[in-house]
Amino acid sequence: MKTFQYLLLLAFLGILLAAVVDLPPRGDLAAPAHQTVNLVGTPVAGAYYIMHAYADTKTPNMVTVILADYRSLDTLGEVIVVFVGGIACFFILNVRRRVP
Amino acid sequence: MTPNPEKETAPSCVEEGMKSPTESPIIHVACRGIAPCILLIGIYVFFHGHYSPGGGFQGGVLLAAGILLLRLALGPGLSQNIMPTWITLRLSAVGALIFAGTGLLTVIFGGKYLDYHYLHLLWPWLEPAWLRYYGILLVEVGVTMTVMTTLVAIYDDLLGC
Repeated sequence: MKTFQYLLLLAFLGILLAAVVDLPPRGDLAAPAHQTVNLVGTPVAGAYYIMHAYADTKTPNMVTVILADYRSLDTLGEVIVVFVGGIACFFILNVRRRVP
Repeated sequence: MTPNPEKETAPSCVEEGMKSPTESPIIHVACRGIAPCILLIGIYVFFHGHYSPGGGFQGGVLLAAGILLLRLALGPGLSQNIMPTWITLRLSAVGALIFAGTGLLTVIFGGKYLDYHYLHLLWPWLEPAWLRYYGILLVEVGVTMTVMTTLVAIYDDLLGC
């Protein structure tokens, strides 16, 4: 069983290494991630963000713009997850202190 | 929430915590000197999120770290002044409501949910791009409040305050 686990890990390592070797070099303009139109013919979101982020919001930090403006509903979900985590900790950790 | 009758006789965690967990004055002075610096860096990271790596989550975690350092060094009782235990989860809810309320405000003003362009009724003299700038800031305030107070609340729950 132990040898099987190691073999499985080695297989995953091989898959990951093969994927890493095939990655395009950084800054390659011909890479699929850097196109304005992808292979199917629909526009790519990342290129739009890079071109329009500063003009839309006057904010130099592109990550903040995507996080809090273009994808703000996603961030709202994250905040609610944090809040619900706090509420859940409150009720689980205080369960003995409440009157039954 | 009514208090447990058995617990009423025993001193609560806050009353016990009025005497510090450590006797060392070095730790007291060092932590009371370092904590404001951590809080200042947290505020800087939060407000500088528009220009450099940072923002609501990171700034909130740093602010929570500053408060938790005081909680660790001075004990839960003495550090109630900087942030009382009862206010933590309430402020957390207020932070989430600031975020959701910003979205609701844009809906009331006639736009889509969280479309900051429609905050122009709040600040009519601003251009659309600057409206989005301040909309992002408003949302980050809510994120910071929620993250900071939730971390402190979890620590207080673990202590049993």
